Amino acid sequence: MKPAPFTYHRARDVAGAVSLLTELGEDAKYIAGGQSLVAMMNFRLARPAHLVDLGGLRGELAYIRDDGGVLRLGALTTHHQVENAPLGPGFAVLRDAMGWIGHLPIRTRGTVGGSLAHGEATAEWCLLAVLLGAEVVVQGTAGVRRVPAEELFLSFFTTALEPEEMIVEVVFPRPAPHAALTEFAQRRGDYAIVAAAVDLEAERVVLGGVAPVPLRVPEAEAVLARGGTFAECAAAAAAAIDPPADGSGGADYRRALTRTLLVRACEAAMRR
Amino acid sequence: MTEKLLISLTVNGERHDDLVVESRHTLVDVLRHRLGLTGTHAGCEHGVCGACTVLLDGAPARACLIFAAQAEGQEIRTVESLAGGGEMNDLQRAFSAHHALQCGFCTPGFLMLAEGFLTERPDATRAEIRELVSASLCRCTGYQTIVDAIEDCARGRRREVGEVR
Repeated sequence: MKPAPFTYHRARDVAGAVSLLTELGEDAKYIAGGQSLVAMMNFRLARPAHLVDLGGLRGELAYIRDDGGVLRLGALTTHHQVENAPLGPGFAVLRDAMGWIGHLPIRTRGTVGGSLAHGEATAEWCLLAVLLGAEVVVQGTAGVRRVPAEELFLSFFTTALEPEEMIVEVVFPRPAPHAALTEFAQRRGDYAIVAAAVDLEAERVVLGGVAPVPLRVPEAEAVLARGGTFAECAAAAAAAIDPPADGSGGADYRRALTRTLLVRACEAAMRR
Repeated sequence: MTEKLLISLTVNGERHDDLVVESRHTLVDVLRHRLGLTGTHAGCEHGVCGACTVLLDGAPARACLIFAAQAEGQEIRTVESLAGGGEMNDLQRAFSAHHALQCGFCTPGFLMLAEGFLTERPDATRAEIRELVSASLCRCTGYQTIVDAIEDCARGRRREVGEVR
């Protein structure tokens, strides 16, 4: 349970971090809060030769700004900062979803950008970014680009980021006053077996744990668009997905969870 | 090749300069093996059990999921900081009074978890405390007495603040 040796570097600014990672090559990784990466390194599932610590950029990249209905989160904002943020009804869905992320000592360290870059398919930020149509602002050697969240996640822990690219900001372009996320795990704080998120106004349904990436379900969204019931929406989602079977549960179990959780998410979203 | 770093850490108000550590050393290992602060326990070492919980700038954090070098410049508090002048603090006394420990392995983690949490949420409800303690594993007590102890301590602190007012 000890990580393999690596060389530690400290970033002083974003441009410097990007240059350094470019120089160090593919065996280098950024470390933000490290709440996934250090665990993986302790198991030696990850063995980067170099770590570039972004902790020193917190002053610059940990912020929550509501610019008239557009919410901007700095990449190094922690889950706990969002949990405690005075967000209005338009973005309360983000604040309320934070309780699902691990436990308090994880949320005080883990970051929004780190979670998105890690790309775990049941991670709350990955689902929320797709649900709310977020844009992920990324800095690389070629400059800054904006990646729609839906195009960020390619497969298991695989994103569209280049090795040296760093997420600097996440932009939520529209308020979602009637949105909610819910999930189920065997123990509080565990990775979700299935997570379900819905935005009733945008008529968007996103599931986690049923595919390699956060999955939008057009069949379920169509039910919302034609004014169908929540139960119909959930049934359409359960019928449309092809979930994996593993130690946490079989495909039928995940379909059943999807049906239950999506109704719960819809009801919670409506109650707002 | 094993890389050595020279770092300084501020632990329980005391600054430790010129600590030679490996970059791969986690904070819990440096606290225990370099500074001799063995109150912080290393359990699972992958962020699940919570035995290594310490305060970083006042907030509970898992010392097994932080490299020591990352903690430079932050105020670190361990379980050794709770008692003063040979006297346990109110939280520790509440754990004792409510039998909130048996073997004691998980206790430093629970204490630091609760200490950080109550500073931020002095008015925490029992439901919130139950949710909080899901962060740490205890295989002896069944958690009820831990929740009782934290709740009792919170109540005592509120009373004290009320009296001062």
